[in-house]
Amino acid sequence: MGRLFAVVLTIITIISAALVIMHVWWMPVDISTVGPRIDSQLDETMWATGILFIVSQLLLGYFVFTSGENKEKRAVKYFPGGATPLVLFAIALVGAEILVLSFVGSRVWAAVYMSPADPGSLQVDLAAEQFAFYFRYAGPDGQFGTIHPDKVQDGNGNYFGLDPENDVAARDDIIVGTLTIPVNRPVLLTMHSKDMIHSFYVPELRIQQDIVPGLTIPLHFTATQTGKYEIVCTQLCGLGHYSMRAFLEVVSQDQFDQWLKSQSGD
Amino acid sequence: MRTKYISVLAMVVLAGSALVVAATPPADSSIEGKITYTGTPPKMKPIDMAKEPVCAKQHNPPEDAQNVVTGAGNSLEYVVVYISAGDPGGAPPSQAVKYDQKGCMYIPHVLAMQAGQPLQVLNDDPVAHNIHPLPKSNPEWNKSQPPGTAPIDTKWDKPEFIEVKCNIHPWMHGYFAVLKTSHYAISDANGAFSLKGLPAGKYTVTAWQEKYGTQSQDVTIGAGETKQINFVFKVTPYLY
Repeated sequence: MGRLFAVVLTIITIISAALVIMHVWWMPVDISTVGPRIDSQLDETMWATGILFIVSQLLLGYFVFTSGENKEKRAVKYFPGGATPLVLFAIALVGAEILVLSFVGSRVWAAVYMSPADPGSLQVDLAAEQFAFYFRYAGPDGQFGTIHPDKVQDGNGNYFGLDPENDVAARDDIIVGTLTIPVNRPVLLTMHSKDMIHSFYVPELRIQQDIVPGLTIPLHFTATQTGKYEIVCTQLCGLGHYSMRAFLEVVSQDQFDQWLKSQSGD
Repeated sequence: MRTKYISVLAMVVLAGSALVVAATPPADSSIEGKITYTGTPPKMKPIDMAKEPVCAKQHNPPEDAQNVVTGAGNSLEYVVVYISAGDPGGAPPSQAVKYDQKGCMYIPHVLAMQAGQPLQVLNDDPVAHNIHPLPKSNPEWNKSQPPGTAPIDTKWDKPEFIEVKCNIHPWMHGYFAVLKTSHYAISDANGAFSLKGLPAGKYTVTAWQEKYGTQSQDVTIGAGETKQINFVFKVTPYLY
C-alpha cells in the first residue's frame, strides 16, 4: 500500500509539473506595458517554487517507497539532533525562499502600483457597486463634476453622485458601462466603491486592484493592443458577484476621439 | 278581488326595485383627461446594459431611462391617476396583476394594483434577477429568480408607492402603485387617462409622478356624465 501511494504521488507530481512547464492553462495574451515584467516575475516564481516542489515531492515519494512500511528505517538517523531540528530546518529553508521571492517580487509590484502616473494620462473615474462597474469621462470641458456621496442613486442613474443642477462641471460628464481607451496612451483610473470591496481585474493587462469603500484608489496602465477584453470583479461581493463584469475596448486614438464626440453629442 | 291583489303586489315589487336602484346608483360615469408638463424636462439617457450582453441585444437602439417619459404635445407617460377620496373602496379583485422582468427591464415601468390584490412577478430573461421592492409601510423583501423559476406570488396589504430595484442590475427601476381604490389609470404614451365605471358623486382625483410628486383635484360628476380634467406638472431640466 505504501509503495502504491509513493508511485501515485510521483505520477501526480510529474503530471502537474508538466502542465505548468508546457504552459497549459497559462495567462492570456499580454496587452500591457507592464506585462513583460510581471510575466518574467511570474516565470521566476514558478521556477523557484516549482523546482523545490518537484524535488520535495520526489524525495517524499522515494522515502515512502523505501521506508514507508518499515518502522526501523522511518527514524531520523543522520540529521544532527533528530526529527525536531530537521522540521525546523525545513521551515527555515522554505521561509527563506518565500522571503527572497517577496523581496524580488515587491520591486516589480511597486514599479507597477507605487509609481506615479504619467501626467498626460487619460483620466477616467470608476464607480464599482453591486454588481456593475461604471466609468466616467470628463466630457468636452475636461472637468469632472464633484462627487456627492449622498446623491448616489441607482434609480435615476446617478451612479457617481453628481449634482448637475448646481455644478456646471458635472453637466457634460459622460457615464458609461464600458471602459473605452486609446491604445498606447497611459490611462489613470480613479476608483471608488459604493458598497463593499470589489476588485478591478483585466488578466490581459496583468493588473488587479481592490476597490475599497471609503478610499480613492488610483490605478494606471497603458494598453498596447487594440481589442475587446473582459473586466471582472475578483472579490466575492455578494449573490451577483459572478455577473459583475464590464468590457474594456482598446481602440485607436482616432476611433477614441470619434467615440468621445458621439458620447458628448447628447 | 284577485286583480286588486295583483296590482298591490306589482306596486310592492316596483317600489322595492326602485329602493334597490336608489341604494346602488349605476356606475356609469367617468373622469378622463390628459397629463402634460410645463418647463424643460430632463433628457433621458440610454440605459447601458453592456455587462449583460443577452439583454443589451434586445434593445437596439438602447432603451432610454423611464423616470420622466414625455410625448408629443408635452404629454407625460407613467403618471398614476386614482380616486384618493370619495370611493369607499371594496374587496380587492382576486385576479393577479403581473410584473415582468424582460430584457433586464421592468414591464410595465409602473404597475398599479389594489391593496391586497395578488401580484405575480415573472422572470422572462435567460439571466437571474433579484427583485427588491423598497416599501415604507409594508414589509420589505428581496427575492432571487434564476432563469426558468416559477413566478413569485405575493401581495401588498397597505397602500403606498413602492420603488422597485434589482439587486443584480443597477439600472433596473420601476414602481408598484398600491392603492386603496379600484379606480385608477396610468397615463399612456399620449398622456391620456380614463377612470371608468364610477357612480355619480363627489371625488378627489390624484395624479402621481415618480419625480414630480402628487397633485389633486376635486370633481363632482352626475349619473352617466363624463368629466374632463387635466393635470399639469412643472418639470425641471435635471433628473438628479
